[in-house]
Amino acid sequence: MSTMTMAKAINAGLRAGLEQNPKTLLMGEDIGDLGGVYRVTEGLKADFGADRVMDTPLAESGIIGTAIGLALRGYRPVCEIQFDGFVFPGFNQITTQLAKMHSRSEGTLSAPVVIRIPYGGGIGSIEHHSESPEALFAHTAGLRILTPSNPQDAYWMIQQAMTCLDPVIVFEPKRRYWLKGDVDTEKPSGDPFAAHVLREGTDATIVAYGPLVPVALAAAKAAEDDGRSIEVVDLRSISPIDFDTITDSVRKTGRLIVTHEAPTFGGIGGEIAARVAERAFLSLEAPVIRVGGFHMPYPVAKVEEHYLPDIDKLMDALDRSFAY
Amino acid sequence: MDLKDLAVRAEADSSRLPEDEAGNAGRGSLDREAAPEMVQMLSPEGELLLHGPYGAYAAELGAEELRGLYRDMFTIRRFDQEATALQRQGELVMWVPMTGQEGAQIGSGRALQPQDYVFPTYREHGVALTRGLELSSLLRRFRGVSHGGWNPAEANFHLYTLVLAAQVPHAVGYAMGMARDRKMDPQLPEAATVAYFGDGASSEGDVHEAMVFAASYDAPVVFFCQNNHWAISVPTEVQSRIPLANRAKGYGFPGIRVDGNDVIAVRAVTSWALEHARSGKGPVLIEAFTYRMSAHTTADDPTKYRLSADEEAWISRDPLSRLEKHLRAAGLADDEFFEGLEADGQAMADKLREDVLGMSSPGFADAFTDVYAEAHPLIQEELEFHRRYEAGFADPEEPTE
Ligand SMILES: Cc1ncc(C[n+]2csc(CCOP(=O)(O)OP(=O)(O)O)c2C)c(N)n1
Repeated sequence: MSTMTMAKAINAGLRAGLEQNPKTLLMGEDIGDLGGVYRVTEGLKADFGADRVMDTPLAESGIIGTAIGLALRGYRPVCEIQFDGFVFPGFNQITTQLAKMHSRSEGTLSAPVVIRIPYGGGIGSIEHHSESPEALFAHTAGLRILTPSNPQDAYWMIQQAMTCLDPVIVFEPKRRYWLKGDVDTEKPSGDPFAAHVLREGTDATIVAYGPLVPVALAAAKAAEDDGRSIEVVDLRSISPIDFDTITDSVRKTGRLIVTHEAPTFGGIGGEIAARVAERAFLSLEAPVIRVGGFHMPYPVAKVEEHYLPDIDKLMDALDRSFAY
Repeated sequence: MDLKDLAVRAEADSSRLPEDEAGNAGRGSLDREAAPEMVQMLSPEGELLLHGPYGAYAAELGAEELRGLYRDMFTIRRFDQEATALQRQGELVMWVPMTGQEGAQIGSGRALQPQDYVFPTYREHGVALTRGLELSSLLRRFRGVSHGGWNPAEANFHLYTLVLAAQVPHAVGYAMGMARDRKMDPQLPEAATVAYFGDGASSEGDVHEAMVFAASYDAPVVFFCQNNHWAISVPTEVQSRIPLANRAKGYGFPGIRVDGNDVIAVRAVTSWALEHARSGKGPVLIEAFTYRMSAHTTADDPTKYRLSADEEAWISRDPLSRLEKHLRAAGLADDEFFEGLEADGQAMADKLREDVLGMSSPGFADAFTDVYAEAHPLIQEELEFHRRYEAGFADPEEPTE
């Protein structure tokens, strides 16, 4: 057991993947000597060489496209996209090629490429550096999407992604890169596609993922003062979604709040709300409430606090739920 | 007379070429930059002129190989006709004809070695033939029974790609993998990939990005652009102000323009390019200057945009008749040979038709099977829903699956 930041945990996970499989390659912009703009790949080029930790030309479609070719040849590329808002030049390769290689070939080909994307806001940055595009990818069959919320998951999820037979996108909550936590490097945190109940409760459930998990936990703690017992579920996997864990929790608590930074409209929260309504309608004491971003481009840094779900917004949502 | 008997001429005289073949005249913008001299070895009259640096690759062709090139071109044209007929009869949902491009495809395909790997677009039926692919498997996608149709690993021929240019970076990545493999195991044979794409697709960012990557990593890849002059209804001039082969210069690797209707020249140039790439010297761009005689697809109407004078001009440069003239003049093939091809072609077409009509639809439930390689709960859930729903229609008298 050791304590490390999330960035360090991902770095250690990548290192383990590079050590275990000589065919693992890291590809991306500025990931070599610089170690990535968030230093997640720091030191890896020095230890594994420029051939395995590749500073690529500046071209997202080229990065994903050549990674697909390398994967078809038996390599295990792990691509870093520098920021969420810059994945779109590679969107075509991810959705029309990577996601479909296995099904198009009737199972004869696979391209198990891993794509790491730092995502989300709260870092006071400029346009294209704070977005949450996960729903755009979750909508495409053939992709798996993970998002760790703590160093322990970060360390293991990246390794699990590197051995998965399907392509995996790992959305890394960039504002939690410096979050410290315990990492048990001996014991994996289990099925990466399973949701985790991080806090037990009986009165309402909050489902959160990635950057908002600490916010949900803080809200649950604050709600204790109001005499409310809140269960917090860390989704962990955005595709597939572990609906069983969510519905089990709702059957127990009768109330559900889903929160994410991405716009509420068309987001993952709506999917969860609909599924829970189908599966556990009679257990619900109130409609499922979504707490997400507004239908607008991610706002400028000076006002982003009004956009991001925070403890107050979650408390307000709980009040609305309990008002039924 | 065999090619070997011919002296290799140092330089072809490009003034012998019709103006637009040299790429220096004709529609508007191509004349802003001189086209590279176009490699040509077989004149439209069937006369051989072995060309400079690539002449040696043509000189290695014996009579049997020359007849083989003709047989391939003939077979694939017959195949194309049959597939078009099948579409017209409603047996294929669509067809992408290739008549006119036989020289470019057979010539380049026959330059490949088994260990090389091809990334086609969707019109590379001739290349597929040279890879030994069962031709009927090319029709499975167009019959509507598969999104693929064959196992790419068996013939080192990747699946067709419909998103233009998306396969080009794949070819580069795969080539990078081949080079790495050989670094780890020098016993492996030298290998290269070939990325096929059209003049229209050359405008896509993916071609550009792929070329940047290929140059940066000296990837053993040959970019093979079939400039058939049209991207559906849009002429090449709208895609590029300069001759496409010249673009290679901007990336720092060789670009060659070859007469795509000259199967011998295409084979020679591609052999050179593949050797160059396999030996670690980096990528090559080949622009095969050709013409799509047929419609873009069976849904297209070329009379709306194409000039019949252009078509006439290209008919006289037909890749088959050019080689036929040479084979006959050189005494390498006689009527019996050509009649035999007719008979074989008919047998191939009959078999093709039988195969197509025999293609059964997959069950809808099969569409769930390969979405993911590992088990996925949503797939499971939706498959069960589908089964339950379908079972609701079952005749209680009939046993269900
Ligand atoms: C990304 C993309 N955009 C548009 C299309 C529709 N489309 C199919 S073929 C075609 C023209 C292609 O021309 P070219 O690359 O010259 O190849 P050719 O068909 O002439 O062999 C277009 C526009 C497509 N398949 N993919």
